[in-house]
Amino acid sequence: MTTLHPPAATRSRPVPPEARRDRRSWTGWGFLGPFVAVFALVFLAPIVYAIYLSLFREQLIGGNTFVGLDNYQQALRDDRFWAALGRVSLFLVVQVPVMLCLALLVALALDSGRLYGRDFFRVSIFLPYAVPAVVATLMWSFMYGTRYGLVGDINDALGVSLPDPLSADLMLASIGNIVTWEFIGYNMLIFYAALRVIPDSLYEAAQIDGAGQWRIITAIKLPAIRGALVIATIFSIIGSFQLFNEPSIMRPLARNAITTDYTPNFYTYSLSFNGQQQNYSAAVAIIMGLITMVIAYVVQLRGTRKGV
Amino acid sequence: MTSPLATAPGRNHPPVQGRSHAAPPRLRSHRRRAPSTKPRRSVLLTVLTGLVLLYSLVPLLWLLISATKTQQGLAGSFGLWFDDDFALWSNIADTFTYDDGVFSRWLLNTLMYVVLGAGGATFLAVLGGYALAKFQFPGKKAVFAVVIGAVAVPTTALAVPTFLMFSKMGLTNTPWAVIIPSLISPFGLYLMWVFATEAIPTELLEAARIDGASEARTFFRVVLPLLAPGIVTVLLFTMVATWNNYFLPLIMIKDPDWYPLTVGLNAWNAQAQTAGGEVVFNLVITGSLITIVPLVAAFLLLQRYWQSGLAAGSVKE
Repeated sequence: MTTLHPPAATRSRPVPPEARRDRRSWTGWGFLGPFVAVFALVFLAPIVYAIYLSLFREQLIGGNTFVGLDNYQQALRDDRFWAALGRVSLFLVVQVPVMLCLALLVALALDSGRLYGRDFFRVSIFLPYAVPAVVATLMWSFMYGTRYGLVGDINDALGVSLPDPLSADLMLASIGNIVTWEFIGYNMLIFYAALRVIPDSLYEAAQIDGAGQWRIITAIKLPAIRGALVIATIFSIIGSFQLFNEPSIMRPLARNAITTDYTPNFYTYSLSFNGQQQNYSAAVAIIMGLITMVIAYVVQLRGTRKGV
Repeated sequence: MTSPLATAPGRNHPPVQGRSHAAPPRLRSHRRRAPSTKPRRSVLLTVLTGLVLLYSLVPLLWLLISATKTQQGLAGSFGLWFDDDFALWSNIADTFTYDDGVFSRWLLNTLMYVVLGAGGATFLAVLGGYALAKFQFPGKKAVFAVVIGAVAVPTTALAVPTFLMFSKMGLTNTPWAVIIPSLISPFGLYLMWVFATEAIPTELLEAARIDGASEARTFFRVVLPLLAPGIVTVLLFTMVATWNNYFLPLIMIKDPDWYPLTVGLNAWNAQAQTAGGEVVFNLVITGSLITIVPLVAAFLLLQRYWQSGLAAGSVKE
């Protein structure tokens, strides 16, 4: 992610050349070393190990054999994998825009200074972020219940019969609602923090030019927080492709609606822990990793190239 | 959303915006609106935003109200209002005593994972961020490239190999399997890097060195106090990531005695679906409430710190 440049200040700060040369020693490693050591253990080693695993296969005859790219070929022909990928892609193109738009609208409302009780709004809408995905999912699952949950209560009270949120047709939307609930406030905070640092001089200039609120939003605010929008979008894409917690926790309630290959991550999990196909699972995980990286990269390129 | 390795990419990250254009670093971005431009408050806008507020708070209200109900009351009464019996205290007592008090054990496990995992992650991020901000050393650029590149790798690809690796090392089913992966927070590192660049005047370090202070002494006596708001921010977000971690302990830990709250609560919930399992939804709900209270309290109480930490450290034009 090239949006993350080293802070410019290190370079722009006027440091006499001789001081700079002095500082270029191994002392810095003393401080950075511990991080790098643990990083190598929990990030780099597993990536290397996953690549290694994906090139082998456990066979009845001959045991663990090198099979080259066979696992990858198998994954690319695997309908269950493509179905799972399709599902999270649908989730991505619907849930992410809805969530980010709502978060952006709230951030703009907070930043406009026109709300009563702005600080209360900001903190309250952020709170669901502090709720673990497990608790959020359990809570919403209870509320979704058509017999005893809130949906059931509404049906009883109003004499209607709302569609069952836990049915196969609505399951993806129901999960999308939980994820949206969890992360609206978090994204709102990213946008709001970016809006707060737009210099006042820009607004004053706009006012002198007689620009209206709408014009100020489209011409000043949105361009100014484009970086924040790109970052939030990339995080949301990665999050959507990794969807696992919510479906896996809801599965006991709806075994037919949520299969063990519901999302790519669920699929790799099931392959490894229920199917004992660690090698194939590693190949699927690496393919998903590559797809995510490519999409995140494209979003980042497009997001940073436009205009300026 | 899944975040197998507590602090790997996903949505559980400190909000970081990494665009650091050549703007001169400012420690705080105060922005004062001239009184003449102060906008009028709008009732309509407040009501509209209020809808999102309701969406955010109603489920939490439901949780709070439901925690006061008995197992029968949950099924028989309206979700957003209290039942005739007020069973909150007995629910809390039952939550802590059910199944030989295993909930207390989960709570202590979670605390241990948070203290060692989030605390360790913050410590490593502070050390590393300071090194990147204030030292020139061989390989610095390479470290940056590798860390940023690895962040883009989805944790999906890491979880299973990490499990297999840890299993070979004999670490699975021990607390270490949860703590060690929690120790890395690339975004914590980035946040501390940006923050340290702005918050620590290089002249101050020079002065300390001229006075003959060792690097370690300079770090602990001069640098750490200056980084305090940034540290609180990173600590809060790594705490959330560790406290809320589910996937990693789910795959690493088989022994219920080492479960964190998240995995334990899900096990209680799932036992209703297994044959002969006792239905304890009231305890699942009360346990959920107990699980979120500490984090919500931490965010509310430390508001001023983390918001100034974000404003000063991570969010720049």
